[in-house]
Amino acid sequence: MTIDMEQFHQVFFEESFEGLDVMETGLLNLSPGTADMEEINTIFRAAHSIKGGSGTFGFMDVSAFTHVMETLLDEMRDGRRQVEQRGVNVLLGSVDCLREMLAAIQSGDEVDSKSVSTHQKELEIELNGSRSEATGEAAEIVVPEPDKAEDSAVNLGWHIIFCPHVHLMKTGNDPVRMFRELEELGDLTVEADFRGLPEIQDLDPEECHLSWDIRLEGDIERHEIDEIFDWVEDDCDMSIISFADEAEKNRPAEEDLVAGEPIVEKVVPAQETAKAPTKQAVKAEPEVKRPENKPAAKPASASIRVDTAKIDSLINMVGELVITQSMLSSLGEDFDMTKLDLLQSGLSQLESHTRELQQSAMGIRMMPISFVFSRFPRLVHDLSSKMGKQIELKLSGENTEVDKTVIELISDPLVHLVRNSLDHGVEMPDERIAAGKPALGIVHLNAFHRGGNIVIEVTDDGNGLDGDKLFNKAVEKGVVEPDTQLTEKEKFDLIFAAGFSTAEVVSDVSGRGVGMDVVRKNIEALGGHVEIRSKLGKGSTFAIYLPLTLAILDGQSVAVGDETYIVPLASVIESFNLKPEMVSYVAGRGETFRLRDEYLPILRMDNLFGVHRTESGKGSDGLLVVVEGQGTRCGLLVDDLLGQQQVVIKSLETNYRKIEGISAATILGDGSVGLILDIPGLLRLANR
Amino acid sequence: MSEPIDNKEMGGATELSENQYLTFQLADEMYGVDILKVEEIRGWEPVREIPNTPAFIKGVLNLRGGVVPIIDLRARFGMEQIEYHAKTVVIVLLIGEGDDQHVMGIIADAVSEVLEVDRGEIKNAPNLGASINTRYIRGMVMGKNMVMLLDADKLLNPEEFSLIEDVG
Repeated sequence: MTIDMEQFHQVFFEESFEGLDVMETGLLNLSPGTADMEEINTIFRAAHSIKGGSGTFGFMDVSAFTHVMETLLDEMRDGRRQVEQRGVNVLLGSVDCLREMLAAIQSGDEVDSKSVSTHQKELEIELNGSRSEATGEAAEIVVPEPDKAEDSAVNLGWHIIFCPHVHLMKTGNDPVRMFRELEELGDLTVEADFRGLPEIQDLDPEECHLSWDIRLEGDIERHEIDEIFDWVEDDCDMSIISFADEAEKNRPAEEDLVAGEPIVEKVVPAQETAKAPTKQAVKAEPEVKRPENKPAAKPASASIRVDTAKIDSLINMVGELVITQSMLSSLGEDFDMTKLDLLQSGLSQLESHTRELQQSAMGIRMMPISFVFSRFPRLVHDLSSKMGKQIELKLSGENTEVDKTVIELISDPLVHLVRNSLDHGVEMPDERIAAGKPALGIVHLNAFHRGGNIVIEVTDDGNGLDGDKLFNKAVEKGVVEPDTQLTEKEKFDLIFAAGFSTAEVVSDVSGRGVGMDVVRKNIEALGGHVEIRSKLGKGSTFAIYLPLTLAILDGQSVAVGDETYIVPLASVIESFNLKPEMVSYVAGRGETFRLRDEYLPILRMDNLFGVHRTESGKGSDGLLVVVEGQGTRCGLLVDDLLGQQQVVIKSLETNYRKIEGISAATILGDGSVGLILDIPGLLRLANR
Repeated sequence: MSEPIDNKEMGGATELSENQYLTFQLADEMYGVDILKVEEIRGWEPVREIPNTPAFIKGVLNLRGGVVPIIDLRARFGMEQIEYHAKTVVIVLLIGEGDDQHVMGIIADAVSEVLEVDRGEIKNAPNLGASINTRYIRGMVMGKNMVMLLDADKLLNPEEFSLIEDVG
């Protein structure tokens, strides 16, 4: 029977990447000097499954590489090795390397063998170094060769406990001959156990009452040993344990022997023993808390993992909808006016089911923000040590759900903001102490829902933004005129201007003056905006406001002539009847109106879009919808307000291309197409 | 009032379909498009205008939940405009290949027939000088009427629209 392994590859890769993320998270949680068993176990198990999986699928490089990591982890697990920062860093590097290897294999590229061997060497140096410290003997580390798929465990040697049954010699096997064969494989130490011997008068010379404790050192593959014992497999009890697994397995086995009981029951047959560590790991799993965040999927993959509960509720909803539909159709077969009530209640049921169905269908696209957050512990860990700062990263609200598209698009801007906080926000430890703050700086990532928005905040307790410094810098760079009057908030917003950087020294982390403007552009492309709150000396907060979903929008329909446009409700501030006396003219042409304490421009939608208005009149007879986009406000002059509704966003770019002033299209209730207005685009259009 | 066309039924033997063209009328001229590109043929119905686009883009239409731009070929070719009437049709075409596919509709005065053309019968479009752009014409077929075979991919490429707009 042949099974096409290829079909499982995708699953293997997904699981391996998840495993790597688990390892990474675990490694970052390890604090030097202490050995958190749960954490180490989690890491070890992840490494072990990757090793096993890659062996099964024939990715021998991966399996061999992981094996070395596993050995190192195993020593930590047994307490034979201190958890040190150096070791953790080497392991983190290896995780990266492994991820690259897997990604290369997945995409069918060449594995970068140079980087692999570098990391493998580092691992081995780490392994060697402390082993000789710990045991005083310079053990030889052998680079494991790719092995048979079944078990590629290769290590320093094997500990074999060989307890033949009494009739062994009658079957024509001679233990001594087997020992000689073993000797050819490596350095052999054999100790005989005489405890099973009967009194001399009871001894039958053709019976075997001895058992042996064999230590075989060298780079020997498991199957070589198995070959030697092949013939006696059924006539003995034995266990073969690699030295790496020995420490924990050896003790109970020896105790069993000491107890002198018939070995048959206690000593597990060879095959099982070899697998025992795996079993143990599996058993231990439920007790160990898995990290809460499911690790991030590769953004490139077009598939998405959906909670079964969500699918179940979707199916339920569809079921309900079918029932309602059949009820309505039976009602329609012989309808008369007496059944009007039934029809109306049926229709309202249909409406509510449709809405629920829509919501749960949207829910499938929603994923917890932890998919994005999970990458930050590593980033902060790496960057803070590189910059010599002490920074703690706090995460909260990781379970806040966001649209998948938002997840994919928000991570780069967010990385930039976090890097910025690390680099410019949090000060060096001595500066912090001088300012009366603890040396350990805190960067806090928080996500939560507010209204129809999801808010992601990056907060640091660093130095905060200096509005005046920003202003001076902006003047220096020619971003603003020196005599411009700006509010504090507007000064903060200067850092989003293109070609602006406050860092005195340009580091490789941030400060090239590109970035913040790109950050804002990206976020606005998602229909969101960024707000800065900052207090000099206390810290600053960058808050990203994003729409919950990109597929549905709350809209206000407005009529302009015969056309209907949708204004995103989120950008509508208020609307009122525009009376001629409210309008003032700038240079005789530009129309403005006064809204409380500011003058805002009027955009005439009919002029802007070349639509004929049904009602005529200059500056009057129209409704003014005050809208806000990218921080600027303006009034849109329309003929009528038609009502609010949720609209499903349909891209115009699928079949056409982007149109200035229009963000997308939608299908209106009557089946015709409606166009959704893009407020910043309208402003640009008006400024031409 | 729409009549979806099943390509396979119409095409019959698929191996011949490379040579099948749907012909339609614009004023007194006959044009043809590769039948494999044709998604469906619909009667004219009012569309939603898109602001600030070239005049030949009449607007967008809801086609089973998709938003499809509709191009007036008379306007595109600079021909005289007429009122749309009962026979006016929208031919919905699938443009491009692979991942880069999009749907667009063209307005024609009327559809006439499916023309089977031997490859050998297709003549290159004559060079008509700078005044008439023959880039969008794949070739011509002489029959009782002359049929101009359009290269829909080139004709309905949104990138080209922007070029026209920028020039205009």
